[in-house]
Amino acid sequence: MLRRTFLGLTLAIAGLAGLHTGGAEAADRFIVVQSTTSTANSGLLDAILPEFTAKTGIEVRVVAVGTGQAIKNATNGDGDVLLVHAKPAEEKFVAEGWGVQRFDVMYNDFVVVGPAGDPAGVAGSNDVVASMKTIAEKGAPFASRGDDSGTHKAELRLWKAAGVDVKAASGNWYRETGSGMGATLNAGVGMGAYVLTDRATWISFGNKGDYKVAVEGDPKLFNQYGVILVNPEKHPNVKAADGQAFIDWLIGAEGQNAIRGFMIDGQQLFFPNANPGEMKKAS
Amino acid sequence: MQDFASSFATALGLLFSGDPELWAIVLLSLRVSLSAVAIAALIGMPLGAALAVGRFPGRGAVVILVNSLMGLPPVVVGLLVYLLLSNAGPLGVLQLLYTPGAMILAQVVLVTPIIAALTRQVIEDLDAEYSEQLRSFGVSRIASVPTLLWDGRYSLLTALLAGFGRAVAEVGAVIIVGGNINHVTRVMTTTIALETSKGNLALALALGFILIGIAIGVNAALGLIKVTTTRSAYA
Repeated sequence: MLRRTFLGLTLAIAGLAGLHTGGAEAADRFIVVQSTTSTANSGLLDAILPEFTAKTGIEVRVVAVGTGQAIKNATNGDGDVLLVHAKPAEEKFVAEGWGVQRFDVMYNDFVVVGPAGDPAGVAGSNDVVASMKTIAEKGAPFASRGDDSGTHKAELRLWKAAGVDVKAASGNWYRETGSGMGATLNAGVGMGAYVLTDRATWISFGNKGDYKVAVEGDPKLFNQYGVILVNPEKHPNVKAADGQAFIDWLIGAEGQNAIRGFMIDGQQLFFPNANPGEMKKAS
Repeated sequence: MQDFASSFATALGLLFSGDPELWAIVLLSLRVSLSAVAIAALIGMPLGAALAVGRFPGRGAVVILVNSLMGLPPVVVGLLVYLLLSNAGPLGVLQLLYTPGAMILAQVVLVTPIIAALTRQVIEDLDAEYSEQLRSFGVSRIASVPTLLWDGRYSLLTALLAGFGRAVAEVGAVIIVGGNINHVTRVMTTTIALETSKGNLALALALGFILIGIAIGVNAALGLIKVTTTRSAYA
């Protein structure tokens, strides 16, 4: 009885919402992309998506969450395309049949940012593992995402390489915010903690305080993004054709050039590397 | 400290610039929350009134339950509605996830207990006052509900406002079920959360001022209705 009432109510709302949007300029063709905060908050997607929509008439609706949540949502079929940055998790997603195929899209890099005072004395280093070891030894505060995002996974790999058991330090010098990149940067700046962040979010971040990039340029800080079509065999509602059209565009010459052309303060934030062959054709 | 002053100036600037994006976000906030309050009132008011006049075993427990549900954490409601509407969930076929409809549904769940609980209190007080009189006219307890609701209509406005305040201010539920999609499901609170995470604190605060302004506007409009209708009633 209660269940039927609830269903009826939901249908009524669906009708109401439908009525509402009917009048608006909502496109009938759209795909949902589950993506990460770094691509959306940096402004990259806002900058390049209109080009794709103008060409194909397909609107792209971006849900920007952490990589962990994005993959979980895509596993539930709540999205047509997954655009994230955690290669091992992406490969697992495809191997388990939730995704069709994974393509490289672009990369940027991670940096460790810290207060101008540099309490651990790591500023200017290009050896991230040694720097993180120093931060741990000195017990300098470090703010972690702690949210199973791509950046969090990358950070945990680095701690492992440094031989630091951060679990033991949790709540002490190691502080897990359990929130997105921007929220973690806000918290880090507030408590004078070092933060591992992707460079794109950092450059476009508006609340830097006296923070500067402390550690950069280590190949271990490489951050690869991949794109995957959610498997329509697992979730028949997936808009496979339109989703694939988006992937083809993104890893094709036009999408790759659009990514290359996205700049903030004269800095290129993402470096396309989908397909060397396509890149040559494009240039 | 300068953030406050500059945010206030930014808020005014945003309002008077007539930025269409901002107005679209404001209108969506109002549309979602007002729809949710309207639906929640249709469910919560009769429910609350029935609880007030009804006499049945376990009534006390139901009253405590409804009162407690006023404190439902929005993020939990968001999660529950997400699991229901997800394509892997029981109502996935409706394709409501990441639409304003999903946001309305989540806010209905949040607001209904508030309206029901406050309605119960209002009607119970009225019932205590008028029940003997109503019984002497031969009106049964259940049949007296419409009369009591009508009599308590001005006090019930406060219940609606409390519900609206809850709906328009929450971010935890709508960001999960709406996804904060630009031009589709982005409302005031999710925009504020987004700008905060981008580190644009002054802009985020400016949007907060605008949200407070909207709340004042809605409250003032309802207050005006109350004043004018009471006047005409006694004229």
